[in-house]
Amino acid sequence: MSMPQALKRFLQPALMILLSLVGLYVVALVYATGETLLAGIMLVTLAGFVWIYSSQKTYAYRYLFPGIGAALIFVVFPMLYTIRIGFTNYSSKNLLTFPRATQYLLEETYRAEGATYNSTLVSEGGRWRLRLEDADSGAAFATEPIALVPEKPQTLKAQPLNVPLAGDEMPMMDLISHQAFLKGLTVLMPDGGQIRMTGLREFAPSRMQYTRNKDGSLTNNQDQSLLRPNMKTGFYETATGDTVDPGFQVDIGWKNYVEIFTDAGLREPFWKIFIWTLVFSTLTVVFCTTLGMVLAVLLSWESLRFRSVYRLVLFLPYAIPGFISILVFKGLFNNNSGEINLLLSTLFGIKPTWFSDPFLAKTMILIVNTWLGFPYMMVICTGLIKAIPNDLYEASAVAGAGPITNFFRITMPLIIKPLTPILISSFAFNFNNFVLINLLTGGLPDLLNTTVPAGTTDLLVSYTYRMAFGDAGQKFGLGAAISTVIFLMVAVISLIQIRSTRIVEDPKR
Amino acid sequence: MAIVIDKSQRWRVLAAHAFLILLCALVLFPVLMTISISFRPGNFATGSLIPKTISLEHWRFALGLPVTNADGRVIIPDLPVLRWVWNSVKVATLSAGLAVLLSTTAAYAFARLKFAGKKASLMGLMLMQMFPTILALIAIHAIFSRLGHSFPLFGIDSPWALVLAYSGGIALYIWTIKGFYETIPVEIEEAATVDGATPWQAFWRVLLPMAVPILMVVFLLAFIGAVNEYPVASVLLRSQDQLTIAVGSKQFLYAQKYLWGDFAAAAILSGLPISIVFILAQRWMISGLTSGANKG
Repeated sequence: MSMPQALKRFLQPALMILLSLVGLYVVALVYATGETLLAGIMLVTLAGFVWIYSSQKTYAYRYLFPGIGAALIFVVFPMLYTIRIGFTNYSSKNLLTFPRATQYLLEETYRAEGATYNSTLVSEGGRWRLRLEDADSGAAFATEPIALVPEKPQTLKAQPLNVPLAGDEMPMMDLISHQAFLKGLTVLMPDGGQIRMTGLREFAPSRMQYTRNKDGSLTNNQDQSLLRPNMKTGFYETATGDTVDPGFQVDIGWKNYVEIFTDAGLREPFWKIFIWTLVFSTLTVVFCTTLGMVLAVLLSWESLRFRSVYRLVLFLPYAIPGFISILVFKGLFNNNSGEINLLLSTLFGIKPTWFSDPFLAKTMILIVNTWLGFPYMMVICTGLIKAIPNDLYEASAVAGAGPITNFFRITMPLIIKPLTPILISSFAFNFNNFVLINLLTGGLPDLLNTTVPAGTTDLLVSYTYRMAFGDAGQKFGLGAAISTVIFLMVAVISLIQIRSTRIVEDPKR
Repeated sequence: MAIVIDKSQRWRVLAAHAFLILLCALVLFPVLMTISISFRPGNFATGSLIPKTISLEHWRFALGLPVTNADGRVIIPDLPVLRWVWNSVKVATLSAGLAVLLSTTAAYAFARLKFAGKKASLMGLMLMQMFPTILALIAIHAIFSRLGHSFPLFGIDSPWALVLAYSGGIALYIWTIKGFYETIPVEIEEAATVDGATPWQAFWRVLLPMAVPILMVVFLLAFIGAVNEYPVASVLLRSQDQLTIAVGSKQFLYAQKYLWGDFAAAAILSGLPISIVFILAQRWMISGLTSGANKG
């Protein structure tokens, strides 16, 4: 408050300029590491920040910027980026970007002809001297003392050693931790040869494997053959078409989509999983809603005592964290030692194989999901039933109607309409109920004859998850393509939901 | 006539009680079983609901204390349950705080200020929320592994990456807080503005203090949401020490390493506080729940 007005007026733009300069510096640093996309996003964010917080016209957006910015960067952008990845060959074989793959190849070395040297690091006054001993002749050389700071690759000169070095040798453990630094060293020998690290205790003449040519091809220094980057396959290739690892990410157009819908090993599991996803979400909604609605009706019945106790107990599955109750069921349903099978075998003498039989696994999933989901529907329906005017029931009692008639003629028709959007959103939620499947069965038991592992209990989302993060070789591109297909399906469901919400809201207006 | 109704009524009440008791039993069965198993000796032992011998070995395991085996060997627990719980609390507190911070100002703009594109952005927020994060998991993994090249603090295996990834999911909170602001009469702020307050002061000094209850609700919602979140955490966190309890719990029940009893203790240890918070806050949250958050 005591700050002079003039100083305040000056301080704000000064701070703004300082902030944007720091921001620009960071952006430049990121750009220099080759992360163009990240640098671009940061630049746009920075520009938006400066514009919105310096112009009076954009006052309202000052309140929106942080929240909407976070939503755009961490929700909308990943979704668009997923679609983008769906058109690439991004996978464990083509993991790197093109510049990084090129850089990787350019750092490769090969062992050239010449003498090998046994190397040791010997301490001298807190620094280290690299001692090199010719493996054949025994002639010894050493460099000047150096500090083992991980710096950029450097070249050292070695001189013939006449007096033996007195210091301690570096133990193996420390050598390993300094490996990265040592690998960057080039040692110039008195005879003019260059040697590099070829083993933990060995230096030998080594040359760079590849040299980059102006047209982007790489010349193999060992045999003078040429490697050309193939932007269709995402590999450097020799003249005969052999690929050289590592591969890099390239656009492959619609290939992933064509594969999903034509490759027999992908198409069949895709449709099977799609149908199970539909069946699973439909049945879940039907079971949860039926049970939830019946309970809501019962718990709204005033002649019933202990209603609040029942309500509290029946609400429990909603309050317990999902990941815990799902894992508890995984243990309880265990084929051999699970408590449910113990109970069933003592009562009926049966031991269903819940996890290895596809039908039983699906049954178990539905049982567990109904257990998890009915309290939510119960709470929703209770709220809706409360809103029904009591005189409707009084009128029907006068007409002599029983509770069943009341339910089907009054309660159900009155709550089904406002319930519809919630049913659809519940359907959409279960359509993508990854946590349940991943924690309970992991998609198992698996289907046979599939290109990538696919399970009989897998939903589309858990199928893509296994494709990308499972043991199938990180097929990110293919997984992203299937994710994009699911995006479209969810979009259709959402559209239906918005329509139905509008139908619900209209009569009120 | 009245007696007839009474009789059928009595039967119906009885039938309803029977049905409800059966259902309560089905709901309570896994809960009670878990408690019983956590006190049962051994990881493969079977027994009745009330264990004959009570053993604290699983609780010692969950708390990270050394356990002496039946054959005299001492086992040091290799699954850091408390550390996982702490990681979850850390990530959840940070991201819930961030969610409140980000959504409360945005909600103010939506509730009180005029600007171009208001209706479209509100609609966009609602649409955004319909697409689950799980669909963008591959991109999230790619983004954070690339971000890690430039900023290791926000790369894979860092809790900060998780906090950032969660910070975007605030559409529901913006809607909830906006709804609350709209129930507060705008005249109070107008009076403050007449007295010379800037819009920011009207927001910070007048509106925000009145909105504290809804901010608590949003904080709790975001906190519980972050603790229970599994997919993103399972992709972004890799090393044992960084996992949240939601990701780590899975490791108890691998076929080759089946720690059923230890899991039961860990589940109660981590699940009980969350459930209690949830039930206590439940009355506050009903409005938030019915407007879209849903499970099951």
